[in-house]
Amino acid sequence: MTTRCQHRHTTRRAHLSRTGQGGPTADDGAGQGYGATVRPHDDAAPRGDRSTTGVTHTTAPRVVLDASGRAPLLPQARAAFVEALDQGWADPRRLHAEGRRARMLLDGAREAVAGIVGARTEDVDLAPSHTAALHTAVLAVARGRRRTGGDVVLPTVERAAVLHAADTAVATSGGRRVDVPVDRHGRVDAERMVTELARPGVALAALQHANGEVGTRQPVDEVHAAARRARVPLLVDAGASLGHVAIGDTWDVLAADAGDWGGPGGIGVLVTRPGVRRSPVAPEDEDRWFPGGVSVPAALAAAVALQVAHAGRAAADAERRPLVDRVRARVAAEVPDTEVVGDADDRLPHVVTFSCLYVDGETLVGGLDALGFAVASGSACTSSSLEPSHVLAAMGVLTHGNVRLALPRGTRAEDVDRFLDVLPGVVAQARAAGGVDGL
Amino acid sequence: MNGRDDVTRSPDDAEAVVVDARGLRCPAPVIALARAARDAQPGAVLTVLATDPAARHDVPAWARMRGHATVEVVEDGDAVRVTVRLAPPDVA
Repeated sequence: MTTRCQHRHTTRRAHLSRTGQGGPTADDGAGQGYGATVRPHDDAAPRGDRSTTGVTHTTAPRVVLDASGRAPLLPQARAAFVEALDQGWADPRRLHAEGRRARMLLDGAREAVAGIVGARTEDVDLAPSHTAALHTAVLAVARGRRRTGGDVVLPTVERAAVLHAADTAVATSGGRRVDVPVDRHGRVDAERMVTELARPGVALAALQHANGEVGTRQPVDEVHAAARRARVPLLVDAGASLGHVAIGDTWDVLAADAGDWGGPGGIGVLVTRPGVRRSPVAPEDEDRWFPGGVSVPAALAAAVALQVAHAGRAAADAERRPLVDRVRARVAAEVPDTEVVGDADDRLPHVVTFSCLYVDGETLVGGLDALGFAVASGSACTSSSLEPSHVLAAMGVLTHGNVRLALPRGTRAEDVDRFLDVLPGVVAQARAAGGVDGL
Repeated sequence: MNGRDDVTRSPDDAEAVVVDARGLRCPAPVIALARAARDAQPGAVLTVLATDPAARHDVPAWARMRGHATVEVVEDGDAVRVTVRLAPPDVA
C-alpha cells in the first residue's frame, strides 16, 4: 500500500542516440550508449531534446488493494535497481570487463532465485515477462516431447497465457487441449486430472500453484505424484504464490512473476528441472529460451525483492491472512446480494474476490477509485475483450459486479476497514443508479 | 438494442415468460430476468435470450443465489437461451 501526498514524480526521458542509421560506422558501439565515457544514466549525456514529464498525484491518500502481478516496488528492490544501473548497464554478452560485470550480476540474480525455489542456477531462465515465461514453458516442452504426444492437460482456471499457449501448442502438434473442470471454489477435480494426464499421448500437464484471481490453492502434490507416475512433466504456475507462500518442490517446470512479489515488472521466471525435454520455439539466439535476454538491473532488483519477500513471508502472511478473513466476513455480512468466492481457508494469504448482483464491475472499480481505493475486477466490462473472467465462469459464480483484492505487504488494518466502511455505499449507489433495488 | 426489456407471455401457458435481452450488456440481462421473476408466480418457468457473453454464466449463478433452478442453457445462433424455474412457494 502506498500513500502519496503531493508527491511529484519527475522522469527524465532517456536520450537515445540514433547515430549510424545509414549503416555501420566505426563508433557504432559508443553511439548506442555502451561507450566507456557516456553511460546511460549520466545526466550530462542527453542533449538537445531533453524533456521532462511531471505527474502530480492527487492529495487524497491512496489505498492500493490491487497488488496482483504488479505489487508496489519493495524499497530494497528499488535500491538494487538503481545500483545495478551503475554497475550492470553493459551488455552481459560482451567479453570486456563491463560486460562481464553485468553477466556476474545477472548470474547472481539467477543464483538467488534458484536458491529460493530449490533449483540449480543453470535451470533458472529469466524471461521478459511472466506471460513470456508461461508461453515458452508450454511451447518448448510440448515441442520437446512431440514424439511422445501432442495433448496438453490443464484445468479451466489456468492463466490465459497458459490456455492460449496450449492452444498454440496443440494446433502445431495435432493434439488436444484437455480441459479439466473445477469446483465452486475454483479447485481442480484432481481425480479427473490424474485420469486425463495418465492417458497416452500427453505432452504436458499444467496446474497453477494457487489461483491468482480467487486465491484457491490447487492440489499440486497429488497431481504431481500422478504426473511423475505417468512420466508427464507438470508445469506449475506459481505466479501468484512465489514470495507469498511456500511453493514446495512438486513441480517439473515452474513459472513465476517478479512484479507480483514486489520486484519490477518485466521479469518472469522459468525453472526447468533436469530431465524435462524441451526444444526452443524461437529463432536462434544466444539467449536460447528468451531471445534478447532481460534487463540486468531489473533482474537484480527482482532477485533482491524475492529474497526480501521470502524472508518476510511468515510475517506478511500473519498480517494479511486475518485481513482477508475480515474482508470475507464483513462483505458477506454487510453487502446484500453479494457472494464472496474462492476457498475461505486453503488459499493465498492476500487474495480475495467477491461479486455483487445487478451492478457492473466497472462502476464499482470507478466508484472505489474516486474514493481513493485501487481495486481490480474480473467482470467483462473491465476487460478490453468484453469477455468475463474465465476463472469466475469456470467456477459457476457471478462474473458481473466483481471486485478483486490482492493486498500488498504492509497493508494497514485501518485502510482495509475504511474500504469495508465505504463499500456498501458504493454498491448501493450503483444499484440505485441502475434502478435495481428490491429485485 | 432499444434498451427496453421485451417480455412476452405465451397465450398457452400463463406461467411461461420469455425475456428478450439480446443486445444488452452485462448485467442487464440478469436484471431484466430478475424483474420478470419479481412479477411472476413461484414455480414459474422463465426464459431469457441474451447475446452478452456473461449471461450464460451469470443467469445460472443468479438462479443459484436466489434458490431458483436452471432448467437448461441452449446456444441459439449468436444468442444463448437460459431457462430457469423459480423457487416453489415454500422456498421463495
